[in-house]
Amino acid sequence: MSMDVSDSFFGGFSLDFGFLAEASAEITHSGLSALDVCGMILASVGLVFFLGAAVGLYRFPDFYTRMHAAGKGDTLSSLLILLGFGLITLDDFSMVGWLLVVKLLAIVLFIMLTSPTSTHALMRAGYEDGVEPVTKRSPSTKNTKKEGES
Amino acid sequence: MTTEGFTVFAGAALFVLMLPALYRVAVGPTSFDRLVAVNVIGTKTAVLLVVIGTLFGRLDMFVDFALAYALLNFVASLAVARYLNRTRSMPEKKPAKRRAPRKKKAKAS
Repeated sequence: MSMDVSDSFFGGFSLDFGFLAEASAEITHSGLSALDVCGMILASVGLVFFLGAAVGLYRFPDFYTRMHAAGKGDTLSSLLILLGFGLITLDDFSMVGWLLVVKLLAIVLFIMLTSPTSTHALMRAGYEDGVEPVTKRSPSTKNTKKEGES
Repeated sequence: MTTEGFTVFAGAALFVLMLPALYRVAVGPTSFDRLVAVNVIGTKTAVLLVVIGTLFGRLDMFVDFALAYALLNFVASLAVARYLNRTRSMPEKKPAKRRAPRKKKAKAS
């Protein structure tokens, strides 16, 4: 298991196929466990949400809309990716595995509590500082540029 | 697709998707844009630590790092938000109905 790490680091995708074939030949009797598949699906959905957050953070015209995209997408994608890797880690139901999953759930709970809190604090700080939202009569790029210079 | 190939892919995708946030840190118009992007990058760094720990097979060690990093990220974000809220242009040009609930909440907390 740890031998394949260096292969996938240095080899890229051409070596990745060989190591995938080896692994699939190795585990034909067992296959990927259902927990692995569920964890991969959860982490993939989390990556999609983080893609949404990143695109929103890059392209939205305003501080508030960027905050909207970043807060929601960041929180949900963190939760989903952490839960997915917790499920991937939980292959053998040993005591150490359960302890790891409990720690991961602690991180998930912590992020779920603190990310909306910091979003709220930053939003309130920006609002009381007078960051102007984009309105319909003022063009968005001019508004944000003018806001940036002040 | 094996578990380790997916882990490498997830780590690389997390790193690549941090780059728009890094762009927002670099050219963000207001300082709050930079703060939001830094907050996103910090949270994703905690997630990336868990991914790296899964890749190396030492998740029992890396999960503590991720927990500490998430904690520090939250405290730093909250502290900078309070700092910018207190220091910059608070007394003038604010309507009174905006400042009154904030004072009451600060006193209560």
